[in-house]
Amino acid sequence: MSVDLTAALLKIALFLAFFLGTLAPIMVWVERRACALIQDRPGPNRLGPWGLLQPLADALKFIFKEDITPTEVEKPLFLLAPVLAMLPALSTFVVLPFGPPIEVGGRVHNLVVADVESGVLLFLALSSLGVYALVSAGYSSNNKFSLLGSIRASAQLISYELALTLAVLGVLLPVGTFRLDAVVAYQQEHLWNAVPQAIGFLVFLVAMFAETNRTPFDLPEAESELVAGYHTEYSAMRFAAFMAAEYINMAALSALCATLYLGGWKLPFLNPPSGPWALTALVSFSGLAVKVILFMCLFVWVRWTLPRFRYDQLMRLGWKVLLPLSIVNLLWVAVATLQGWM
Amino acid sequence: MQLAVFALFALLSLVSAVVVVAHKNAVYSTMSLVVVLVSSAALFVLLGAPFIATLQVLVYAGAIVVLFLFVIMLLNLGRENATGEAEAPRGSGQKWGTILGAGVFAGTLLALIWRTYGSDSLEPLQAEAVATKPLATLLFSNYILAFEVIGLLLLVAVVAASVVARRVGSAGEAEAEKEG
Amino acid sequence: MVPISYYLLLAGMLFIIGTLGALTRRSGITIFLSIELMLNSVNLTLIAYSRLLGDRMGQLIVLFVMAVAAAEAAVGLALFIAIYRHRHTIDLNRLNLMRW
Repeated sequence: MSVDLTAALLKIALFLAFFLGTLAPIMVWVERRACALIQDRPGPNRLGPWGLLQPLADALKFIFKEDITPTEVEKPLFLLAPVLAMLPALSTFVVLPFGPPIEVGGRVHNLVVADVESGVLLFLALSSLGVYALVSAGYSSNNKFSLLGSIRASAQLISYELALTLAVLGVLLPVGTFRLDAVVAYQQEHLWNAVPQAIGFLVFLVAMFAETNRTPFDLPEAESELVAGYHTEYSAMRFAAFMAAEYINMAALSALCATLYLGGWKLPFLNPPSGPWALTALVSFSGLAVKVILFMCLFVWVRWTLPRFRYDQLMRLGWKVLLPLSIVNLLWVAVATLQGWM
Repeated sequence: MQLAVFALFALLSLVSAVVVVAHKNAVYSTMSLVVVLVSSAALFVLLGAPFIATLQVLVYAGAIVVLFLFVIMLLNLGRENATGEAEAPRGSGQKWGTILGAGVFAGTLLALIWRTYGSDSLEPLQAEAVATKPLATLLFSNYILAFEVIGLLLLVAVVAASVVARRVGSAGEAEAEKEG
Repeated sequence: MVPISYYLLLAGMLFIIGTLGALTRRSGITIFLSIELMLNSVNLTLIAYSRLLGDRMGQLIVLFVMAVAAAEAAVGLALFIAIYRHRHTIDLNRLNLMRW
């Protein structure tokens, strides 16, 4: 096997081990325990110390439950939808840099899976394909609630993608390239982007919640009005696929946000050790992981404290507040870059 | 290797293109169009245009086609007869005429491509031929006018679309007035 | 290296499929989708020639085509919504009010 292929496979394995093997189960536990904490009840505490084995039990339950395909669904699309949800979720992380270039056996490796020039754009492009899963799930379920859920999802995702992309443009303007490792390098020389571009950071944060369908923007799956929206008809593993895709999307967008605004894999005052390459890679990766986990906790905290928006409020926020704000941010960055303040 | 990738995506796009045109259900047609667009994007990468390929997925597949799906679901055109496809077929003369015309067109096209066949000698791609920056320089120097006009066109389209699709004098608007 | 003529051939076939769809179908949405298909095949041709000639002009025109397609989709779909509100159909054969 060639060196490049091995390196790429190793990096992919690292990300998958973190996203699927570590972050998703831990987040399921944090979500349930934090929810209980906020609602002043104990939460799941029977399985293992502090209920830590609860995610394992949940996963086993999902695997062994009967997989039901209702008779009235459009079968091809219904079966395809969970796959469509997982695919973009599992592919977006390829452009995220997670460390300084390392030297292995006389060759320099960049610590990013796909070292492409239009990195950020590729991330946004792949994640924008996620809407097809929601739409095809909702449509193929042949159920009014699901259809309503996917109509809402398509409108919501398009609306908030605009603000998100414009906020990202603000970050790219002073850096002058689409490469994310350049963005990280830029933030090592200057302040973290979250400070000079506080407006853009805010817009990105809010749009991020909307893009991942999390409360307060979880209208496509609002359980109190649409049962469960687009995944009402799904059960067992297929439902688990949707849920896992949601968590992975959250993690991937958090990682992008950390890379764009909070210095990427670089922790303040700490430099990755320059010892053996594996140590450097692991330590810098955990720098990124720490920030991702912080964002995930924010997701959970917001979910259990804020109520859901109404649909018209959602659209008004997206088009009349976030979009103008992101344009203002872009203008400010453009002026600051021209004047050499950034 | 390259030929295998090309063959895969070419086949994929041809099959999905047939589905786009032939499927009775508009939702399936639209989803197949996404497959065509994404596989074309892969071919763009093979042709040394990764930036255009990314934009193709981001703008075309990620936004424009979602708009189609949104309208199809909003008007519920998937299963219903509203599209008219389920009704009796029209006079077959028109259909055969169309297919004949397309055949003649296809023949001409094939002949043209056949005449140019073999004249292409490609050099391997250079790194600077793939770079995005020269593209931007070209766009914002020689073609800046076209760029501005396209921007204006998009603005006009947005205004036109929102005027055309507006509910005229209905309850929705009265409510909006009250709120606004 | 894949010869450029293969790309041109593929683009030609896609264009013909799109033409057939636009001419034989009667659902407005499907005709619209067929037109998008034709636009896409033209994009493929442009990129292929841009590669053959080593000229970036082709890639720029593809950018413009995408923008025009976006504008076209927005206005066209708005028209469909408006038509559907009045006639409850988008079967283009039944929208014959202006026919003599």
